[in-house]
Amino acid sequence: MIHAKPAVKEKKSMNSNTILLLLTIGLFVVMYAAGCIAYADKGFSKLQTFLDILKNNAGLICVTCGMTAVMITGGIDISVGAVIAMECMFLAVGVESWGLPAQLLIPLMLVIGVVFGIIQGYCVGYLGIQPFIVTMAGMFFARGMTAVISTQQVSITSSPLMTQLSTMKFNMPFEIGAYLNKKGKLMVPNVSIYVIIAILVLIATFLILRYTRFGRSLYAVGGNQQSAALMGLDVRRTRFSAHIFCSVLTSIGAICYVLNTMCGTTRQALGLEMDAISSAVIGGTLLTGGVGNVFGSFFGVLINGTISSLVKTNGKLSSSWPNVVTALLLCFFIVLQAIFAKVKARRS
Amino acid sequence: MENNVVLTMRGITMTFPGVKALDHVDFTLRKGEIHALMGENGAGKSTLIKCLTGVNDFEAGEIRVEGIEGPVRNHSTLEAQKRGISTVYQEVNLCPNLSVAENLFIGREPMSKLHTINRKAMITRARQLMEQLHLPVDVTRDLEEYSLAMQQMIAIARAVDMDCKVLILDEPTSSLDDVEVEKLFTLMRSLRDKGVGIIFVTHFLEQVYAVCDRITVLRNGTLVGEYPIADLPRVKLIAAMMGKDFDDLASIKPEGGLNVSKEELIDAEGLSHAGKIKPFDLKLRRGEVIGLTGLLGSGRSELARAIYGADRAQTGTLKVKGQEAKIRHPIDAMHLGMGMLPDDRKAEGIIGDLSVRENIILAMQAKRGIVDLIPMKEQEEIADKFIDLLQIKCASRETPVKQLSGGNQQKVIIARWLATDPDFLILDEPTRGIDIGTKTEIQKLVIQLAQEGKGVLFISSEIEEMLRTCNRLAVLRDGAKVGELSGDMTQEKVMKTIAEG
Repeated sequence: MIHAKPAVKEKKSMNSNTILLLLTIGLFVVMYAAGCIAYADKGFSKLQTFLDILKNNAGLICVTCGMTAVMITGGIDISVGAVIAMECMFLAVGVESWGLPAQLLIPLMLVIGVVFGIIQGYCVGYLGIQPFIVTMAGMFFARGMTAVISTQQVSITSSPLMTQLSTMKFNMPFEIGAYLNKKGKLMVPNVSIYVIIAILVLIATFLILRYTRFGRSLYAVGGNQQSAALMGLDVRRTRFSAHIFCSVLTSIGAICYVLNTMCGTTRQALGLEMDAISSAVIGGTLLTGGVGNVFGSFFGVLINGTISSLVKTNGKLSSSWPNVVTALLLCFFIVLQAIFAKVKARRS
Repeated sequence: MENNVVLTMRGITMTFPGVKALDHVDFTLRKGEIHALMGENGAGKSTLIKCLTGVNDFEAGEIRVEGIEGPVRNHSTLEAQKRGISTVYQEVNLCPNLSVAENLFIGREPMSKLHTINRKAMITRARQLMEQLHLPVDVTRDLEEYSLAMQQMIAIARAVDMDCKVLILDEPTSSLDDVEVEKLFTLMRSLRDKGVGIIFVTHFLEQVYAVCDRITVLRNGTLVGEYPIADLPRVKLIAAMMGKDFDDLASIKPEGGLNVSKEELIDAEGLSHAGKIKPFDLKLRRGEVIGLTGLLGSGRSELARAIYGADRAQTGTLKVKGQEAKIRHPIDAMHLGMGMLPDDRKAEGIIGDLSVRENIILAMQAKRGIVDLIPMKEQEEIADKFIDLLQIKCASRETPVKQLSGGNQQKVIIARWLATDPDFLILDEPTRGIDIGTKTEIQKLVIQLAQEGKGVLFISSEIEEMLRTCNRLAVLRDGAKVGELSGDMTQEKVMKTIAEG
C-alpha cells in the first residue's frame, strides 16, 4: 500500500519512554552480567539462579502488572501487600483449621479479590475519592483481617493439592543450562508452576493493555482525564475497572505467593506494595499516569530481585543493602523522567 | 427551518446568581459559513457556546439543529457531539500520551473478530483522514510530538470525522503563531467548502476579517446584531463591541497639561514574550502618564508584565533611568524602583486575611529582604500615613483587608506600592469594579504622582478614563503595539487606531 507521505524523512526518532525502557533493560543486563563475573565461583552465573529470582518474585510480578495498570490511570493501590497477606492466611487457616479443600479456597481467593476491587474501585471511580486514601483504608482492613483470622504462623501441610502444586517442577526444555553437580549427576534447571502463571499473567496484561478498548482507555484516562471524557470515554468506569483488574491480579499473585511460602502469617508480604510501585516506576511507569509498560515493570521486578540475590550471594553484606540500592535506583529513574519531561516541555 | 440553516438559537436567556449572562440572544448559523462570535470579555460569548454544547443549562429559549425534530437541549458535550455539534478549545482536549491515530479513533476504534483493536485498520483509516485534510502527520507518533497548532487540527479532524454539522472553534488561535494560524485558516476554509458550519470565537480582529463570512456581536449579555462581514468595517465593529455608554466627568488634568521632564525613566526596545506580546518599543519620562489601550486580550497587561519581569522578556533591551537593566524576576524590577498593581487584585494582589497594615508594608518588606524586619513602630507609622493620604476607609489599621470594599482594597494595594517609593508605577485596571467617586480619587492620585515626578503606566478598559488621565496613549492590537497617540486625543481617534493601526 502506497501512501502520499510528506517529503520529510520517515526516520523514527526514539520516544523518551522507549529510551527509559531500554535503559531499564540495559541496567538489568549490566547488573546481572556484573554479578555473573563477580560471583562466578558461587554459582551466580547458573541459569537456576535466574530462575530462582523469578520463583521468589512470581507473586510480585503479578501484583506489579496490576499496579502498572492502576498507575497508568494516574491512580495507586497500596492495599496489595495486605490483601496478599489476608488471602494467604485465609487459605492457610481454611486448609489447616477449617478443613476445607484448596480446590474450593483458591477460587474463593479470587472472589475476595474481585469484591475488594469492586469496593475500592467504586470509591475511587464513582465517588471520586483519592485512591491513596481508599487503598490505605483497604490496606488497614486487610492487615487487620489477617490477624483476625489468625495471629499464628500457619504452615500448609495437610492439603495434598497444595503440596503437589508447590513442588511441581518443570524442567527447561532441551536441557538448556544443564550441568553436572559434584556427584556427577545431571542437574536440569527448572521452574515451578507459579512462575509459569506469573509469565502468563505478564503476557496477558501486555496484550490487554495494548489491544483492548479497556487497555487503551487506561492510557487515555491517565493522559488527560478531561479529554478522555470529552472524547466519549467513561472515565469513572475505567478507573473502577482498573482497580478490579489490579485486585484480581493481586489475588493471582497471592496464589503464586502462597505456593512459594506455603504458610500464612500476619507479617507476610509486608511492604510488597512499595516493591510493586518501585518496580513499576523503575520500569518507566509515571506516577502521574498515562505512561507505562508491563515489560518495563517486569524488568523493574527483576532488577529488585537481582539486587537481593546479589546481596544474598555475597553473604557478608547486611540484608538492608537492597533497600538502599533500590532507593538510589528510584531516585535515578525519577530524576531521569523529570529531565525528559523538562526537555519535552521545552521542545513544545 | 429555513433552507441551508444548520443551527438556530432563539431567545436564549441565562442567569448566573445576580447577573443576567444572556438576555434573549438569537443566533443563526448557515451551512458552509464561518461565523464569528464577537464581544468583549463578559459579553456572553462563552456562555452562549456553553448553552449550545450542554455545559450550561439555559432558562428560556430554543435551539434547533438541522435534521433533528423539535427543540434540542444538550446536557453534556458528549450529547452535543452525538447531535453533530463539536467544539475545539484553545487547550487541546486530546491525550498527549497516545498516538495520533488513537486520538482520532479512541472510543470508536475498528475492532477485529476477537473483539480486540484492529490497529492496522485504525492506522490506515487515520492516514486516509489526514490525507483528505492535507495534514502532514505520521499517525503512529505520539500526539505530544506535534506542535499545538497541529494538535488542534488533529482535534478538528476528529470532530469532522465524527460527522459534525456545527464546528465550534473557541479561541483556537490564542497560542499559535502567524504561520500556524494561516494553516488553520486553510483547513477552516476547506471545511466550509464541504458544508460545515463553523462558529469562530476569537478576540483577534484581523483574523475575523481574514476568514469569516458573517459576524454576530454580543455586549453585556445582549445581542447587538448580526452582520455580513462587508457591512461592518472595523471601526463599527469596535463601537458595537464597546458600546458608547461612557461616564462623563469633568477634566481633572491640570491647566496646560502635565509637566513632563526630559529624564527618561523607562526605555524599552524590542521587548517581547513569545505568544503573549510581540516586540515593542516604549519610552516613558518622569512626570508622564502613559495609557495602554486596546481591546481586552490585545496584550496590554502582557506588555506591562514584560517590562516588570512578571513574564521574563525574551528579546530586546530595557533601560531604566538610562542604565541597561536585566530584569529576571519582579524583585529585580522592585529594586530598580518599579511597582506594579496587577489587574486581578484577588488572585495576584490582595491577601485577604492579613491586616491593612500588613498588606501595605508587604512590598516594602520584600524589597528589604525578610531578614531586615521593619520595626513595628515604623510599620504602624507607614500604615497610618497611607490610610490618611489615600483616605482608606477601614475600622483600624489592623482590620483584615477582606472586610474592606473593593475600592478600598484597591487603595491598599496602591499604598503598598507607594510605600516602596517607586519612580515608576504600573497600574493595571486600577479602577475596575469600584464606584465612581473612588475612581475619580484614584485618577487624581495618578496625576498627582506624575506631578511629583514619577512615571505611570496606566491600563484601563475605559477610554474616557484614559483620555482624562494620560498625556500619551500606546495602542495595542493582537499582541502588538500598533501606534501612539498624544496631544489632542479623542475617543474616535483611539477607536480608529485600534481598528486600523
